[in-house]
Amino acid sequence: MHSTLATAHPETLLAPLWAEVLDVQPETPGIATLTVRLEDASARACYRFRPGQFNMLSLPGIGEAAISVSSDPDEPERIRHTVRAVGNVSRALMRLQPGDRVGLRGPFGTPWPLDHCRGQDLLIVAGGIGLAPLRPVIYHVLHHRDDFGKVIVLYGARTPKDLLYTAEYDTWRAHDIRILLTVDRADPDWTGTVGVVPMLFYRLRPDPKRTVVFSCGPEIMMRFVVHESMARRIPPERMYLSLERNMKCGQGLCGHCQFGPFFICRDGPVFRFDALAPFFNVEDL
Amino acid sequence: MTEQNLTLGATVALSKPHLNDLLQSLRAHGYQTHGPQVRDGALIYGPITTLDDLPQGYISHQDAGRYRLEHTGHPYYFALTPGPDTWKRYLFPRRRALFHFQHHQGTWETAPPHDPPPRYALLGVRPCELAAIQIQDQVFLRADFTDPYYRGVRENLFIIAVNCLRPGDTCFCASLETGPEAREGYDLLLTELDDVFLVSVGSEIGRQHLQPLPWEPASAFHLNQARRQLDAARQRMGRTLPDPQHLPETLLANLEHPHWDDIAQRCLSCGNCTQVCPTCFCWDVQDEITLAGDRVTRFRVWDSCLSPQLSYLAGGNARPSIRARYRQWLTHKFASWERQFGTLGCVGCGRCITWCPAGIDITVELATLRTQALHAGGV
Repeated sequence: MHSTLATAHPETLLAPLWAEVLDVQPETPGIATLTVRLEDASARACYRFRPGQFNMLSLPGIGEAAISVSSDPDEPERIRHTVRAVGNVSRALMRLQPGDRVGLRGPFGTPWPLDHCRGQDLLIVAGGIGLAPLRPVIYHVLHHRDDFGKVIVLYGARTPKDLLYTAEYDTWRAHDIRILLTVDRADPDWTGTVGVVPMLFYRLRPDPKRTVVFSCGPEIMMRFVVHESMARRIPPERMYLSLERNMKCGQGLCGHCQFGPFFICRDGPVFRFDALAPFFNVEDL
Repeated sequence: MTEQNLTLGATVALSKPHLNDLLQSLRAHGYQTHGPQVRDGALIYGPITTLDDLPQGYISHQDAGRYRLEHTGHPYYFALTPGPDTWKRYLFPRRRALFHFQHHQGTWETAPPHDPPPRYALLGVRPCELAAIQIQDQVFLRADFTDPYYRGVRENLFIIAVNCLRPGDTCFCASLETGPEAREGYDLLLTELDDVFLVSVGSEIGRQHLQPLPWEPASAFHLNQARRQLDAARQRMGRTLPDPQHLPETLLANLEHPHWDDIAQRCLSCGNCTQVCPTCFCWDVQDEITLAGDRVTRFRVWDSCLSPQLSYLAGGNARPSIRARYRQWLTHKFASWERQFGTLGCVGCGRCITWCPAGIDITVELATLRTQALHAGGV
């Protein structure tokens, strides 16, 4: 891993570094983006993350949760996490105010393999908050647009109000990124597609020899993303999925995030699909 | 006698009462001496000072879902096979403070715990349990990450192992080649014969503690006796596990086998198997906050894959059924573990069989899965 792991005391396990909350930006109903900055200057200077990695965010007396980094990897001093309020920790994170302290450990996990995708077409497929760990990929593309061929984002959410990062879409489009959107339920102002994300594949003719698929979203969505990709002869070695499980340590120690032989926190969260294939369709693994 | 020098790997004879001198020597060097003892009708581990604390004269009757001790008055100190307790909890306690959050001048600070690691000398570690410690070493002392708490205890651990001459009714260490004879990983190794202990020297520190004691060179008679009894022990395992080396392949190829539903009908998902297992390592993190709210201690506590909470995430549970959770437990031990750590996660101690309230016997379930998979033409 290129990045330096941030922890407070080498002689302790799980002790976080402190980060200052700079901003809590509401995104959509129930989702906000938390911008933080490591307090310790030397930790801040060596903190780097790669797109797809996550941090463990910690609040004393409440707990710790794994949250993807959703910001620009070229700006590692302002680390952004897009959080959905689903449990004790995530709800408490969303109540934070600028100036508050939050514990941070990380970054953890495997990144999207951007280094191996030069000259390739990128097909980014996300559902709901699954766009958060893919936004750093898009920032990377914006900075290095010439490194890639076609870049297409397929993205869907429950309703138009649930689509994330809509203010940035024009910038993405200005960098020749094609965005196809869909929602499960339209509202009166919605003029776009209604339906599930994998359905958007019918509007594409990806070149299976040039296309690399990055996908994150509900597992049921990713199953169909795999199906649609295979139907277009994109081989499993060109598909990458980011999985999610309960995590306590982030370092392959606590056993919570096991998925077949994998620790998702350490062997993932980003997996090449051929490694996952034997296990991906097993019920309740 | 003691004017001779012991060498590493040597096996000598020590009259039984002199083991007390060894315990005393260890305590004089700052070790807390712990060993097996009978409490509340079961064999557990705890502080000992002399041989009198050991469960001399007891035998156990064990079967799937059954455990009874009987006092027969036999002369052996180490005849009892493991009960529900494990040495694991010395290295990886059920509950341990990781660090503290302290509220100070309006903000939170972190503070490491201040307890120095204890120095334990463990007496009576059986070969299966020694193998379990070595398996946990791979989990907690990885090349890319070392658990500082585990390492603190482990580095100072003095292990007096004991060869297992009387395997129990639910034992199958011979199938996994983790026993009944200890091969490595001990400081000293005892073999309990009628009148003496044979003591093998496994480390320099073990040698130093044994050297001053009134040991005698081992006689051919004693060495032969030990050899014969170990050979007999291998034949007396209460259970066998056929072809364990094929289990990873078999289990991973049969994750949807109908036999998982059959087991799920019987499993209560109580987690006893994971609590008595000497290799299970899953843990949870919990915060404990003072009433004043100014100090939080973050604890690590044992968790269990049989608990529905283990995989709880964002309002859902990744393994909602007993079938899924039992499959996780068994496939982790006998398949995923091998992929993760290069070895199986089972040592054949039989605890999970004995302490399953539903009497589920993993040797039976694994044999059934393997036989049915083979009959179906798979692996």
